[in-house]
Amino acid sequence: MSTPHPRAVILGGNRIQFARSNKQYAKASNLDMLTSALDGLIARFGLAGERLGEVAGGAVLKHSKDFNLTREAVLGSALAPTTPAFDLGQACATGLESVVSLTQKINAGQMESGIAAGVDSASDAPIVVGDSMREILLELSRAKTLPQRAKIASQIRPSYLTPQAPSTGEPRTGLSMGEHQAITTAAWQISREAQDELALASHHNLARAWDDGFFDDLSTPYLGVTRDTNLRPDSTPESLAKLDPVFGRKLRAPATMTAGNSTPLTDGASTVLLGSEEWAAEHGFTPLAKVIDAEAAAVDFVDGAEGLLMAPAYAVPRLLARNGLTFADFDVFEIHEAFAATVLCHLAAWESEEFCREKLGLDAPLGPINRSKLNPLGSSLAAGHPFAATGGRIIATTAKHLRLTGKKRSLVSICAAGGQGLTAIVEAA
Amino acid sequence: MKDTYLDLVNGPFKQVAKTLGLPRPVRLQRFDSTPEHYLSAPVLVLGTSPGAQRIADRLLDNGFEVRRHPGSGESLRAVIAVFDDAGVPGDLSATALEIGASLRTLLPCARVITVSPAPRPEDQDPAPAAAAQAVTGLTRSLAHEMRIGGTANGILLDGVDVDAASVTAALWFLLSGKSAYVSGQFLTVSSAAGEEIGAREFLATGGSGPLAGRTAVVTGAARGIGAAIARTLARDGAGIVGVDMPQAGQALAGVMNEVGGRTLQLDITADSAAERIAEAAGSEVDILVHNAGITRDRLLANMDASRWDSVLAVNLESQARINAALGERNLFARGSQVVALASTSGIAGNRGQTNYAASKAGVIGLTAASAREFAQRSGTINAVAPGFIETDMTAKMPALTRQVARRLASLQQGGLPVDVAEAIAFLASAPARGINGSTLRVCGQNMVGA
Repeated sequence: MSTPHPRAVILGGNRIQFARSNKQYAKASNLDMLTSALDGLIARFGLAGERLGEVAGGAVLKHSKDFNLTREAVLGSALAPTTPAFDLGQACATGLESVVSLTQKINAGQMESGIAAGVDSASDAPIVVGDSMREILLELSRAKTLPQRAKIASQIRPSYLTPQAPSTGEPRTGLSMGEHQAITTAAWQISREAQDELALASHHNLARAWDDGFFDDLSTPYLGVTRDTNLRPDSTPESLAKLDPVFGRKLRAPATMTAGNSTPLTDGASTVLLGSEEWAAEHGFTPLAKVIDAEAAAVDFVDGAEGLLMAPAYAVPRLLARNGLTFADFDVFEIHEAFAATVLCHLAAWESEEFCREKLGLDAPLGPINRSKLNPLGSSLAAGHPFAATGGRIIATTAKHLRLTGKKRSLVSICAAGGQGLTAIVEAA
Repeated sequence: MKDTYLDLVNGPFKQVAKTLGLPRPVRLQRFDSTPEHYLSAPVLVLGTSPGAQRIADRLLDNGFEVRRHPGSGESLRAVIAVFDDAGVPGDLSATALEIGASLRTLLPCARVITVSPAPRPEDQDPAPAAAAQAVTGLTRSLAHEMRIGGTANGILLDGVDVDAASVTAALWFLLSGKSAYVSGQFLTVSSAAGEEIGAREFLATGGSGPLAGRTAVVTGAARGIGAAIARTLARDGAGIVGVDMPQAGQALAGVMNEVGGRTLQLDITADSAAERIAEAAGSEVDILVHNAGITRDRLLANMDASRWDSVLAVNLESQARINAALGERNLFARGSQVVALASTSGIAGNRGQTNYAASKAGVIGLTAASAREFAQRSGTINAVAPGFIETDMTAKMPALTRQVARRLASLQQGGLPVDVAEAIAFLASAPARGINGSTLRVCGQNMVGA
């Protein structure tokens, strides 16, 4: 069961506008973007020079020099340099895990305030040389004499110089995330039309939120980017229908996943300000919402027993059961759109009597989700998905949405590489 | 924008400029470089009235060296000429000539301050009205004659005597480096309201500064004059809420983190602007600086509706709407002080700026007409009209026009954003609560826009 009286509250957030990779932020590093997102948050809340309890953050695509990424970002920000920080990682759930982790530290009374953060650049990604080249370079560094070095260097072959491009492929299957999802999509028989419809709703909802100024106090522009660049407010069913499938083309089932209903590689950073209720009151900050509980799950996707991105389908029922809640108790469902099909597979699973009985051990299915409650302010299909920054985007968005609308409870769900998923309940403060 | 000419005539070309009789602007002694400069040399107080003596006594009490008679030959920081009892123009003669006799002994960046009744011809007898108006002509002309960075300004007594708190505060402001780029101007004190402040307290900063404990909302705070206002108000002790368009958020965050302030990304023309400003300020608005403004220059013959309407909407209508909305909903704190940005373009007009000048002249009218309502809350509303200020905007002017604009000021140079900010910080302070509904020019007494 969750903490009887959670002290930690979500006070606000700040992200830089997300940009498709290799565009406006092509030359910005993870450190640059994270520092900028932090500075925007610090300025919004007047925290310059303050020592906070802790800042937690991470990135999925990370240079080895970024071993202390979050702490370096704190040092480069306007926060007091005496603010500690730590890096963490859970693939695409990194941002949400940083929120959950700091929430628990505050709930436990270990600290009074913190910033949960996440950042990713698919543009400024580390380039790695092949293992043969790497071994030669390491041996070279161990060599003591010139003849030794010459001998070792002579082993270098031109083919060794080819760098290994970063990939989102799963190490144990060699398949990209999209190909994995395509298998699951086919298994659940998710139609192209349903996927395009979800993508369209994401773009329209996010565009409306930007037009309404919803993100004016949740974002601070970076390098002149004033809206998420992946957003296509003028998308239509026709324009989405024209796109050729990019994943699952070798499967027997018809390929349905296109660039329009899959998230693109994205650069961006997000932050969430957390504090105890007392700390918030002392600073005159209005609590927006709280994270009540969280549940992680993982599935065995390696031998094909379950789809790579299906873990949230398992985490959510466990989370609901522990808190004595059903779908009817939620006003908002924030389900990260890695692919439109991912969300649709989760929804289908929860509606399937067979899945709920056999895989989840439930007597009855969890049931359908009212689509008007799903991602009401758009999600990753429209905003883009800078892996570790997505959790912070969703938490800040849904916390403000609850506060603004007077709604009570939101379910947050994020799938992640490695067959993992992290889910959380957010309630209005 | 760097004024290269000013650097040259204060460096290698000093002698050349002197020989050729070229303009020789000096580096002004501003508050940030010489904070205590006004206490460093004697001040001559002229005038035979009891008011003159009371001003001399006040200066003595505040640590100034005071002289009451001209002609000692020693170097002077300032001359204060008190004409508060001038009943007929003939009463001005002796004191005016004494000012003249002391001008050659003034130090660089010296001050001449006249103190006289505010001209109110509609309420005055002809002779005192003539005398009062005459002092303004004397002061303005003397400002043109001041040399090496010196200024001449006046304090006008509108129904108050020299003991009013804001008269003292105005003296400190005009004597100090905070008014370095104000010349040929008048501060009208129209009520005895305002907190007493000492000459040293006036120079204090941070937690003991004149704005300590107050919160100031500054619109357009991301760059230029707005950023300088935020920095200056923060220096004087105010907590800052910086407002700018969402698109300017990155620069705004930089300025706010520098001053320990908070950002509010907001289009001030939005319907909800007043509410969001009040919310960001922490329920009630105390100090509000309407600085945000835009230019969309075109000759009127080529003007389109979007250029005209957007300039009026941002520069004038947003101010009116925000003031009205805060007033109606009781969201102005008691004693709240508003300072609006006008422009010398709004006073003299400027070719290509019919829309801009209309908006800025409108601000002057709006400010004057709102004074009574603010006074009912024990607050004030005033405007500051900058002249040629060195900003990104004036850096875009053609080079020759820019040079001419600078040299046409009595101080022979452009002002800095901080000069505008200092005037605003003063008018937003509690000791200045006796000044209401006025517009103060910060223009170095420029002939353009005068």
